[in-house]
Amino acid sequence: MSNLVEIRDLHFSYGDRPILANLSMDFPRGKLIAVMGGSGSGKTTVLRLIGGQLRPQRGTVTVAGENVHALDTENLYRVRRKMGMLFQFGALFTDLTVFENVAFPLREHTNLPEELIRDLVLMRLNAVGLRNAHALKTGEISGGMARRVALARAVALDPELIMFDEPFAGLDPISMGVTANLIRNLNDALGSTSILVSHDVSETFGIADYVYFMSGGQVVASGTPEELRRSSHPYVKQFVNAEPDGPVPFHYPGKSLAEDLGFGGAR
Amino acid sequence: MIGFVGAIGGFILDVLARMGVVSRSFLRLVGRLPGALRRPALISEQIHFTGNFSLLIIIVSGLFVGMVLALQGYYTLSQFGAEEKLGQLVALSLLRELGPVVTALLFAGRAGTSLTAEIGLMKAGEQLAAMEMMAVNPIQRVLAPRFWAGLIAMPVLATVFSAIGVIGGYLVGVQLIGVDEGAFWSQMQGNIDVRRDVLNGVLKSFIFGTAVTFTALFQGYEAQPTPEGVSRATTRTVVISSLMVLGLDFILTALMFNK
Repeated sequence: MSNLVEIRDLHFSYGDRPILANLSMDFPRGKLIAVMGGSGSGKTTVLRLIGGQLRPQRGTVTVAGENVHALDTENLYRVRRKMGMLFQFGALFTDLTVFENVAFPLREHTNLPEELIRDLVLMRLNAVGLRNAHALKTGEISGGMARRVALARAVALDPELIMFDEPFAGLDPISMGVTANLIRNLNDALGSTSILVSHDVSETFGIADYVYFMSGGQVVASGTPEELRRSSHPYVKQFVNAEPDGPVPFHYPGKSLAEDLGFGGAR
Repeated sequence: MIGFVGAIGGFILDVLARMGVVSRSFLRLVGRLPGALRRPALISEQIHFTGNFSLLIIIVSGLFVGMVLALQGYYTLSQFGAEEKLGQLVALSLLRELGPVVTALLFAGRAGTSLTAEIGLMKAGEQLAAMEMMAVNPIQRVLAPRFWAGLIAMPVLATVFSAIGVIGGYLVGVQLIGVDEGAFWSQMQGNIDVRRDVLNGVLKSFIFGTAVTFTALFQGYEAQPTPEGVSRATTRTVVISSLMVLGLDFILTALMFNK
């Protein structure tokens, strides 16, 4: 099976602070691939690099065979038309209604008549359960609803690649389950490739075909959810079982508490 | 000593780099202006937002400025027995200077801050990033229509300001103080040159509109995407726009009315 997205030997840093080092990943067509890891592990940065919002210091990201960072603005926008992205907090346009938000990419990139746009938007909103909320302003809907509207907007143009940045963050259990099923169903119905960035183990393992675990800007483990549940890798074990002790320290590195309180001694 | 020289050198390099960023941003925005004309509805919506919503403050300010001009002007002119020149004084002051300058300062405070806060909050809410990921250029879709609106609205607002100011001057000078009505209007009509006074004033307001609107949009677009960052950007818009308007006014006045 060919890969829609390939990342090779990627290095990225913010100034002197390295974020990603020597990163390589494959995202096969039609699959739902999760990228998991703790806060600050570089997951969202990977999405921004795939979308061409950030430029790496070294390495390549190819989407549908095109090196994203070698493209000029016009061609980058052409490649982005094949992508849909769900931002962590939805990033809905606050001056537009729910309907207008979902219609936005259709109006910008197609010459479809308004009646057809209306039908397409209502179908997308129906898929996320918000058809009857189409006239509401974004300020009148909850965070979970906003995420679902953003999801409808992200798939408005039937993208080949859909990227989800922490779609489960801050959702109640019902919304979380609904969103997880939506992501899986949309991926299968549209025949898209999905990249899901999350640190929610149960929901992600429930829908992903393959999972990459990242730590310190590198892939430390990867496999199917079943393989990872059985994994003896210390990082995966700590993450999957939510253990406080392990390779990921709870405390930010630095002086010990005893030193800070003036008692001396080791940490 | 070496450290001091180094600090000055670093400061100059920073200023030059900043000027480069501003110039490049301005050219990028100007390059997107023709494309924005294909969506006139977006521009008219922004003219309504920036222009129409500024109208009340412009009308009220214009009226009071014209009234004060008439009071002060009458006091000075009456010492020379030249009260009939009041209409000319009020109109020239408004058309050449006060109309464009005060309107630009009010426009910076009313519409400029609003533009900066709007763009800054769109950036903080990742709306601009979302637009980019949808292959929609935010400079063309968001900034260019607002820039067009500023360019169109400012001269219109300045003209309204001057017209209302003249009415204010008439109310105080003729109706309240009792200057001869015929002299008030005839002196104004006889001594105002359309090209030299009216059009130069309109040109000034167009240039001020360009400076204020670009400053507001640039500050919003470059704002740190945090509440504090947007707040600082809004403050910078008012300070930089005001100083630019006053500095440009001196240069333009020297070039336009140097006889």
